[in-house]
Amino acid sequence: MKPAAFEYHAARSVEEAVATLAEVAPDQGRILAGGQSLVPTMAFRLATPEHLVDINGIEELGRLAVEDGVLSIGACVRHAAFHRPVTDGGLGAILTFMAGHIGHYPIRQRGTFCGSLAQADPSSEWCLAAVTLDATITAQSTRGRRTIAGADFIQGIMTTALEDDELLVETRIALPAADTRFGFAEFSRRAGDFALAMALVSFRLSGGVMHDARLGIGGAEDHPRRIPQAEAALDGQPPGSQAFEAAAAAVAAALDPMEDAGTSAQYRRELAQCLARRALESAAESAAA
Amino acid sequence: MDKVLGQSVPRLEDPPLITGRGRFAADINFPHQLHMRVVRSPHAHAEIRSIDTQEALALPGIHGVWTASDIPDIGPVDLRADRAAEVLKPYRQPVLAKGRVRYVGDPVAAVFAEDPYLAEDGAELVAVDYAELPAIVSVDDPLGEFAPGVGTEVAIIPYSYGDTEAAFAAAHAVVELDLLTGRHSGVPMETRGAIGRYDAAKDILELHGAAKVLHRNKETLIRMLGRKPSGLHLYESHVGGGFGIRGEVYPEDVLVLAAAQRFGRPVKWIEDRHEHLMCANQGRQQHHWARMAVDAEGRILAMEDTFHHDQGAYIRTHGVVVPNLTMCLFTGLYRVPAYRARAHVRLTNKTPCATYRAPGRYEASFVRERLMDAAAAKLGMDPIEIRRRNLITKAEMPYTIAFDEPEAKDGEIDSGDYALLLDKTLAHVGWDSLGPELARRRAQGELVGAGIGMFLEEGGLGPSDGARIAVDTEGDVEVITGGASLGQGFETSMAQICAEALGVDYRRIRVIHGQTDRIPYGIGAHAARTTVMTGNAVHATALAVRAKALDVASEILQTPGDELVIADGTVTRRGRATGPSITLGEIAAFLAPASKNRGAHAPGLNAEEFFNTTETVFPYGIHFAVVRIDEETGHVAVERFVVAYDVGRAVNPMLVEGQLVGGCIQGLGGALYEEFAYDPHGQPLAVTFADYLMPTAAEVPDVEVLLTEDAPSPHNPLGIKSAGEGGINGVGAAIAGAIDAAISTPGAVTQLPVSPQRMRELLRDRQA
Repeated sequence: MKPAAFEYHAARSVEEAVATLAEVAPDQGRILAGGQSLVPTMAFRLATPEHLVDINGIEELGRLAVEDGVLSIGACVRHAAFHRPVTDGGLGAILTFMAGHIGHYPIRQRGTFCGSLAQADPSSEWCLAAVTLDATITAQSTRGRRTIAGADFIQGIMTTALEDDELLVETRIALPAADTRFGFAEFSRRAGDFALAMALVSFRLSGGVMHDARLGIGGAEDHPRRIPQAEAALDGQPPGSQAFEAAAAAVAAALDPMEDAGTSAQYRRELAQCLARRALESAAESAAA
Repeated sequence: MDKVLGQSVPRLEDPPLITGRGRFAADINFPHQLHMRVVRSPHAHAEIRSIDTQEALALPGIHGVWTASDIPDIGPVDLRADRAAEVLKPYRQPVLAKGRVRYVGDPVAAVFAEDPYLAEDGAELVAVDYAELPAIVSVDDPLGEFAPGVGTEVAIIPYSYGDTEAAFAAAHAVVELDLLTGRHSGVPMETRGAIGRYDAAKDILELHGAAKVLHRNKETLIRMLGRKPSGLHLYESHVGGGFGIRGEVYPEDVLVLAAAQRFGRPVKWIEDRHEHLMCANQGRQQHHWARMAVDAEGRILAMEDTFHHDQGAYIRTHGVVVPNLTMCLFTGLYRVPAYRARAHVRLTNKTPCATYRAPGRYEASFVRERLMDAAAAKLGMDPIEIRRRNLITKAEMPYTIAFDEPEAKDGEIDSGDYALLLDKTLAHVGWDSLGPELARRRAQGELVGAGIGMFLEEGGLGPSDGARIAVDTEGDVEVITGGASLGQGFETSMAQICAEALGVDYRRIRVIHGQTDRIPYGIGAHAARTTVMTGNAVHATALAVRAKALDVASEILQTPGDELVIADGTVTRRGRATGPSITLGEIAAFLAPASKNRGAHAPGLNAEEFFNTTETVFPYGIHFAVVRIDEETGHVAVERFVVAYDVGRAVNPMLVEGQLVGGCIQGLGGALYEEFAYDPHGQPLAVTFADYLMPTAAEVPDVEVLLTEDAPSPHNPLGIKSAGEGGINGVGAAIAGAIDAAISTPGAVTQLPVSPQRMRELLRDRQA
């Protein structure tokens, strides 16, 4: 478990980072942020990048800010930054709750929000958040900047819309309406393990019925996604077991879950159904205040 | 400090460990050392057509590359147990594979380089041409060939007594079960490591990073490498856990020694976690077909068990100890008039298996206690009552389980009061109120239940161990043993035994272990025998030193020896603390070789004594679990776990408790989390900690320990029994019973571990 030789580049600015990346991308150059996924993969020699471009020294990428109704998360913002709510209201609270499910404490001190998106593990909590909450991802290269919608960014297992020479510089999440309620539920074998399934939901209430419902499922399929059939089962309905059960059943019907040696599609489907309902119940309870 | 034996005194070992000054295998470095990397088979079963090492050798920094043809004079890793068994010898593992690989991870070549990174670079360049062969993955697969003309069923071993046929014919009821125990193992925090060094000036070959059974391993290595006993030594440093699997002789130990000698440079190898999970001994995987005959009152008439033991790819140092251990105490704490067992020891193309903490016993207890639960269900009896009814009584002690087979070792149980421990356990858990409380919760829809696993252990297997003790002129004591420390508190417990017998502060005692150049014999640390064997040897030796000290003091103080006492290292007259006195240091000075006063006394305040025994000790325990199941996810939460255990006499209750709690958590791992799974081609699926799920603090309850000393062993002066395996033995059994109870489905659990997905399947079966 010793990595193969690689050349290390410590970038001092985003411009320098993308310039170096442009140069080394053809030789499997990779960005090093928190390193919590990449470095173990290198130790197993499953990844053998010949160049690493370290962005940890770039101050502006550590920026975490709320301004003009948008939460901006720079490329080097660690998971641990979410240990306390980063914004008032339901969004800050739900991100804190989700952060607690990511790996273990030391991992959260080093791993980054944006790095999780770039890694695109199907069980990533932040990928589920980005997709469900319609995050906007900013990519930069020597060719310029572009933005990508969360749902378009994550394309499959460890596959994203990011080009080899692009650096994910920032993720932006629009602050939801103040009365939005959130719920999250996850199941993993042990505390801190990759989720076998998870659900993130949000909705607003007016006139006793739900609207603007969002329901995303992660961990079950090869990438997280919103389940429109489940959202349709919620919109216009009063919150309660009838609507929640219907939405959860819609999740089970819509999913095409992954299978692996230890986990059947049926089990993942059952979990997703259960977790969707539990996330909805917790949303109903959460901001009841 | 008057009384130290039996007290939970702080560990002597801790200061370096908790201040980061410990020295583990990876911390050992010698000048000019080379680093070894092993090239391993990526296939479960294949012919090796050719190996090309040229490209690796051409890489700068690579010192050498070995394949089997480079070490033609070194035989396979030899047996430590069952050495006489000719039938096992063809199945031993070559140090480097010859012509055929038999599991993923089988060593094929060794690369020696200037640093560990280069060694891995070199290993990647070793080109091996394989021709894949069909792999035997399940122990129930049709038998195949290990080698031409050598089959994969190594042995069929019988254990029996009494007339089972008649018992089953006359039975009121018979229960029959088909049960599987999953493959798991001890996974110490410190992986294996071996550093070979040849001291040419002294012509001594040294193995550093050794553990567990150094003297026995020395014998094996001498045979394999053709060294004289004085020309090879093993050195133990700190060891980060052993659990039976660490400290056996493995191919890598042999390689670093042979290479150190040939290259004239030290050779270091540190196992990485990926290798550890593919190559270190695994265990537990058995398939049992068991049945039990009972009368109308639930009394056991007979037990029968046939099982396939998954040995993995080779017979390693333990021979067939594990299947034997599965059978010899299979009947547990119960009076079983007739018993018949048969082990089919079979090879598969998976990592080889050997002893892991409570070897064979965890498996047997699962099967036996499942039979008890099944019988209770069949007869409509309470699971606790049926157990109580069958317990061997205190009045029947000593109790002998004598087998028909001459080679099967009889169980001669020394002492025990099983019913008393059961009473104490039930009182501890508050069963009178807990039972109804669980029933009430179940009635309200919760899936919650309790299970019990009762078991017999055996330890303290002799025949002999010795110790040397010397007091220096400062009054400090050195105790030299052939024991080993795997982190269990060996130094502290030996110091306590010595301190109590000799009359010194235990903190002034330095305990030496794991150095074969300090003492020519030693039993090491295995099979729960260290405290019994080495402890009693230390006790006998300390008493001899004491006698010598009193003999000399009697002369100097002009007082009969029987009027003298030793406390805190000072000899005084009994009841006269202020009268004439002499310290042990002064006596040591008096006895110095050149001392003018010594007279006819032999020089030095020291002694060497042995503890010899043909008997073993039989501690016993009861595990009690309460689980709560999430019906939707299949998650099994362990609400309570109680380990009740009679240790005979505890040298240090805190250390015993540590052993029991640690073992219990490993047992929970095997019952609910840990599993070395393989795909249909024999590819291992659990080769990282993301896939091999060891329970963490978040998954386990605060284990409650009920330690009793009701049945000291009559077989040794200290009355002690063993403690290493009592925490793990019955965990699978208790958890299985608790799950059955929680889902009100007797006999539901037939397989360990019970993963959430399997739990969901059980729940679906129940609904169907």
